[in-house]
Parts: sequence; structure tokens; C-alpha cells
Amino acid sequence: MAALPFYVSPEQLMQDKAEYAKKGISRGRSVVVLVVQEGILLAADNPSASLYKISEVYDRVAFAGVGKYSEFENLRKAGIRHADLKGFMYSREDVTGRSLANAYSQLLGSAFSQEMKPLEVEIVLADLGTDGRPDEIYRISYDGSIFDEPLLTAVGGRAEQLGALLRERIKAPLPLPEGLRIVRGAFQEISEAPLPVDQMEVGLLDRKAVGRTFRRFSRQDLSGILEIPV
Amino acid sequence: MKRTGPASSASPFDSPSFLDCLKSLGYWEPASFSGSVSGPAGPVPHATTVLAVRYKGGVVMAGDRQASEGYQVSSRAISKVIPVDRYSCVAIAGAAGPAIDMARLFRVEIEHYEKLEGVMLTTDGKANKLAQMVREALPMAMQGLVVVPLFAGYDAGRGAGRIYKYDPAGGRYEEDAYHANGSGGLFARNALKMLWKEGMTRAQAIEAALRALYEAADEDLGTGGPDFVREIYPSVFTMDREGTSELPPAEVARYYRDLVDSLKRKD
Repeated sequence: MAALPFYVSPEQLMQDKAEYAKKGISRGRSVVVLVVQEGILLAADNPSASLYKISEVYDRVAFAGVGKYSEFENLRKAGIRHADLKGFMYSREDVTGRSLANAYSQLLGSAFSQEMKPLEVEIVLADLGTDGRPDEIYRISYDGSIFDEPLLTAVGGRAEQLGALLRERIKAPLPLPEGLRIVRGAFQEISEAPLPVDQMEVGLLDRKAVGRTFRRFSRQDLSGILEIPV
Repeated sequence: MKRTGPASSASPFDSPSFLDCLKSLGYWEPASFSGSVSGPAGPVPHATTVLAVRYKGGVVMAGDRQASEGYQVSSRAISKVIPVDRYSCVAIAGAAGPAIDMARLFRVEIEHYEKLEGVMLTTDGKANKLAQMVREALPMAMQGLVVVPLFAGYDAGRGAGRIYKYDPAGGRYEEDAYHANGSGGLFARNALKMLWKEGMTRAQAIEAALRALYEAADEDLGTGGPDFVREIYPSVFTMDREGTSELPPAEVARYYRDLVDSLKRKD
């Protein structure tokens, strides 16, 4: 291959890539991850009932992704492989959200700097605390930067507005129904459109459960929690 | 070739199997048959009696807690019934080490599939997967380390419990009433033959399972009975619409106390 005909400064290159990735992410809908009294709640505005944005990764770890489906789906699968492998070779307790978040951060970071096209995704890893270890929520950006969010985080289109709105209304872990109601309200306010229950994808890392703590709520569960008839 | 990272160049059509993932990373060496039948270097612990009994809308699985090395007890409190997922359990008999390993791998395999695909494997799918794993262990079986699992699960599609037994060559056979495996399996099967009825309730099936284990322990040296001194009792799991649940040891203990009282000579 011949040498590149033009010189592009690294700053320019990175900026262009970041803009490209941001644009891709902001086109999509959002996901909110929130600590509630019962555990960690993951809620997505998702019209599809089968193309999931949130998922179980391991006993106490869950994943949420926004942006390009094919790209975060690949990351999700890689995370499950990594977690299952680690849990099988060592012990189930050795699988932590922190090590997974680090792996994701490195993967996204090197893809951002080395590949032509950056990944148009933003992901969240939630790790349910146990035995005095606090809950952890990590947000990992398209360029690999990683943020430790103590109470809640929002990713996807208009995530900043959504996050600001929620931080204003939620100061401490709430009971699950109240938390979910506020999240749904915020989704509706930001998008200025009603959000029917069957367009919500909701899961919970359940503090009361033993072993695999992730559970996905069905439409019936959700209408029960939100007290909205199906 | 060893892959480096967890996400490195995974193909979208990669198998959803965890075992394939282990193999592709070079972490799994399939056992191979050397050609000579030598047997294990010394006696190895063997898991003894496990059984499964179908009832209306579910299935119960139970096993004694003893592992034996020839005529000696090698462990008094091993768990031979291992929950796999929300709706199924696997019970192990045969060489304890490889059997427990197989059950552990099987559990991860089933869970891995469910997480990757977002849906649970069907009961038949799980049973077939286990058959492949037993077949892969055939070279080990030829060396004398025979592993014969028993698989039971609640089939949500049919609304019924199902039982599968295996042979060391990987043959998979569905049983429509009950089955028992291991050194005391024959005695347990004979007891179940008398006790089993079509359309049993959950409580009746649990009672039959516990009685059959008692009879097996009575006749077979390798099988452990209820241990009132150390308070070690057989483990019992039921699988139905509500999922998999373990019977609390206190309830098992109560059943056995009543049984022993009723068996004592009164004259």
C-alpha cells in the first residue's frame, strides 16, 4: 500500500472518530442502571421483545449496552465467555465486575485507537455487592474510558439529560417500584412520548437471590410492579 | 492456536457451547484411549446410589451422601445431586472425581448457552448435551473410571418431569417412571418398582425416593443410610413449575425417624 496522501494530525483523527461514535450512539434509545433497595435495576427503552439490551453475565454481574446492536452483542458474548471461563477455572466467587469492566475498557480503548471505525457503543456493567462489599456500576465509553458511578447511570441517546434528571430526583436507593416509576417517568419526559410497559425491558440483580441473581421481568411482572393493567 | 483476548475475532457463528470455547482456547485436552486397559493406579472414591422418580407435574431426584473406596468410606457427606439450572438437576454415580467434574462442566455448559442465546435449552437439548459429554469420557471409562450420570428436569413445554439415564458409551435413554443408578441402584429400583404409582403427588414421590434409598443402604455396603449421629441425611431435590428446590434436611430427618420407629420390633 502506498503512503497516505495527506497528513492528518492525531488530534484531528481522534476527534473525528469520537464524533462519529457519539453520533451513532446518540441516534439510539437509552438504558438506565440504578441501585435500588432490592438490588440493582436495569431498565431500557426497547421496542423489541427479543433483541435484548440488558443481560445476565454471571451470578452477580449484569450487562447493558446501547448503540449498534451487533457491536454490543459481540461485547456481551465476549464478557459471558470471559466470566464463565474464569468462574470455571478458579471459583465462582472470583468473577468480579471490576475485572470485566477493565477488560472491556481495554478492548474498547484499543479498538478506538487502532481500528478505522470506532465501536459505536456504550456499555454498563453492574456488580451486586455482597458481605459488606458495595454495589458497583461501571460505565464504559466508546473510547474505553471507564467511569465508576455510585448510584445510577444513563447511557444512549440523550443520556446526559436523562442522567441529570434522574440524579435530581434520586438521592439514595429507593424501593424498586418507586425507582422504576421515576425511571419510566424520566424516559417519557426526555422522549416526550408515552412509554408503554411492553416497550420496556427491565431486569434486576436481586439481593435476596442466591447463586444466579439476575432476573428479567415479564410484561406481567412489570404491570404488577408499576400497577398499570396490561 | 491459543487465542489471546476474550473477544478476539469471535465468529458470529461460533458455537454457543462452553466446552467448544475451552477447546478452542486450548484449555481442554480430550481424554484419549491408549489401547491398553490398565485401570486406575489405585482405588478411587466412588459415588454410590442416586435415583429419580416422576410425579404428577414434576420429578424428584435424591441420592445418599457416601463415597466409598472399595470396602472403605472415603467421604460421608458428598453431594451427588447437583442442580444445573432453574428446572433441572444431574445426579452422579461412578468414579467420584471425574463425575463431579463432569457435572460442574455440564452446569456451566447449560448456563453458558442460556446466557448467550437468551433462552434456556429444551430438556431434550440438555439431555443430548450430557450424552455427548459421557461419550467423550469413554476413554476414561475404558481405563476403569466409569461415570454414569442420571439427568432429571421439569419440561415446561409438556408440564411434566422427565428422567434420562445413560450408559458409559454415551447412550441416552428416557425413563417414564423412575430410575436408580450406582452400586445400590438395583435395590433402589426394586423398592421403587413396588412403591411407584401413576400420578403420584410430590409428597408421595419424595417418600418413595427416601424409602428406596433406605432399602439400598440396607442391602448395599457402599450406600450410606441416614446418619443420625452426625446428622447427615440424603439430599433430595424436586423440580416442577416452581423451579428446583431442595428439601430441607430437617424434613428428611423427620421422615427417617418416623420410618425407623415404624420398623422397630414391637414385641
